[in-house]
Amino acid sequence: MISEIPTPTPEMMPDASITPKIVVKDLQVVYSDGNESLRGINLVIPERAITVLFGPAGGGKSTFLRTLNRLNDLADVAEVSGHIWLDDVDILDSQIDTIALRRRVGIVFARPVVLPMSIRQNITYGLELAGERRASHLDEAVERSLKAAALWEEVHDRLNDPAVALSGGQQQRLCLARVLALEPEIILLDEPTSGLDPISTGKVELSLQELKQRYTIVLVPHSIQQAARVSDFAGFFLNGELVEYAPGKRIFTHPQDQRTEDYIEGRFG
Amino acid sequence: MIDIATIRKRAKRRKRTQRIGFSTLAMVTLITMVPIAMVVIYVFIQGLPAISWEFLTEQPREGMRAGGILPAIVGTFWLTLGTAVISVPLGVGAAIYLAEYASDNRWTRIIRVAIINLAGIPSVVYGLFGLGLFVLFLNFGTSILAGSLTLSIMTLPVIISTTEEALRAVPSSFRVVSISLGGTRWQTIRRIVLPQALPGIITGVILGLERAAGETAPILFTAAAFFLPRMPGSIFDATMALPYHLFVISTQVPGMPVKIQYGTALVLLVFVLGMNLIATLIRSRSRARRQW
Repeated sequence: MISEIPTPTPEMMPDASITPKIVVKDLQVVYSDGNESLRGINLVIPERAITVLFGPAGGGKSTFLRTLNRLNDLADVAEVSGHIWLDDVDILDSQIDTIALRRRVGIVFARPVVLPMSIRQNITYGLELAGERRASHLDEAVERSLKAAALWEEVHDRLNDPAVALSGGQQQRLCLARVLALEPEIILLDEPTSGLDPISTGKVELSLQELKQRYTIVLVPHSIQQAARVSDFAGFFLNGELVEYAPGKRIFTHPQDQRTEDYIEGRFG
Repeated sequence: MIDIATIRKRAKRRKRTQRIGFSTLAMVTLITMVPIAMVVIYVFIQGLPAISWEFLTEQPREGMRAGGILPAIVGTFWLTLGTAVISVPLGVGAAIYLAEYASDNRWTRIIRVAIINLAGIPSVVYGLFGLGLFVLFLNFGTSILAGSLTLSIMTLPVIISTTEEALRAVPSSFRVVSISLGGTRWQTIRRIVLPQALPGIITGVILGLERAAGETAPILFTAAAFFLPRMPGSIFDATMALPYHLFVISTQVPGMPVKIQYGTALVLLVFVLGMNLIATLIRSRSRARRQW
């Protein structure tokens, strides 16, 4: 089933000059308990930039992220309709290879969940699942991804230690490195710094600035301040709808919608 | 206003009540341990004089009133091994399906209820069923094969429910992470879930097999020979077995020396408690090494 990618309308674009990576059209997600989670989502996510999705809890940000790599397949989702084109593939098509999709679209969760194995094995895990066995490739991937996640200096001499022995901040950077090892095109981050101290948060944010040179990043921030700090583009989610979508600089200084303004200024949480 | 003396008095009374409560509970715990300890100690005292190299390695003689119990030991070993070979793959496989793949619908609920009820069936009923199905209908005869199959059916519910529990104890976040890194369900189970659940599974398997090793009724009609002073030649051979042998020499043979009875009981007890000990060791060691 090939459906034609529509030409994005100006409202879907945060900015006219961007190169689209993901095009979302009429996305609607309903949970099995009848709770509608997302409705009428239309937006274009630009490549090689940080797109931030912010808004109050329960607004559908996480659901949206997990739709982008079909992780919602595991959840109690009753109905997903609409289209999401990643490049030229509609990833909501039931025929697509979700395994391959998840290698292209990596995700980092709010709570760092390291797998019960060594630091090194946490990183090689995804590659080994994909069939990579050559030790040289795995070693290279371990070093490259740990460096990109700003963790190499701290752990390079104890790669065979259990990953749980790391601190919370280190674990979260390991989770990022684990995703980077697969060389995805898109990285989804769902409040990746919510459990971290300010120093670790700074390290993660710094890596993100490096990473956006090569990857498309979609981030749900854990605070408005973080959203303002790191965003190239930002979308405001409220009650399952995308209220406003614009370059970060504009949305946080001159929001167009009254609701966005109220939220940014802290009139409701 | 309450004066300080009253407060002190109340505190004292509360403390006393608590002490009485705790010592009652401690005493009840102690009482439950007394019979277990007595059984073990009694069997050891009565049985130890019978234990000798000859007792463990020789055939019974003089109508089982002298000699050793080797065929019974070997028979119980083979029956337990046969039960393991049959019930472990089946039980663990079924548990993986129920815990990891099956959706929660009417069918799986019926299956679960059936498994729970299977565990409640008296063992002699399994014996009769084994006689009907394996010994007679399938014509395996009174044999190690028929006995192992019967014991397997009895052991399956234990293995299935403990394995399922062990699998469910593995945090679901591990599964989500593995899937998000491009893992299939089976890769996730094989590389993350099973290794993490393995100690729990092994414990359940050993406890199930331990029960199978000590049972008399299921092998009564399906595998056990009254007196067969030789080693079983194949899985189609009948065999002596420790629990049944104990039953025989305790009730069916007049003039049986008591020490041989208790010696046999001691060997069976050590066999079963030994398996129990292994299960406990595995559990405590893996708990110490658990990484979450």
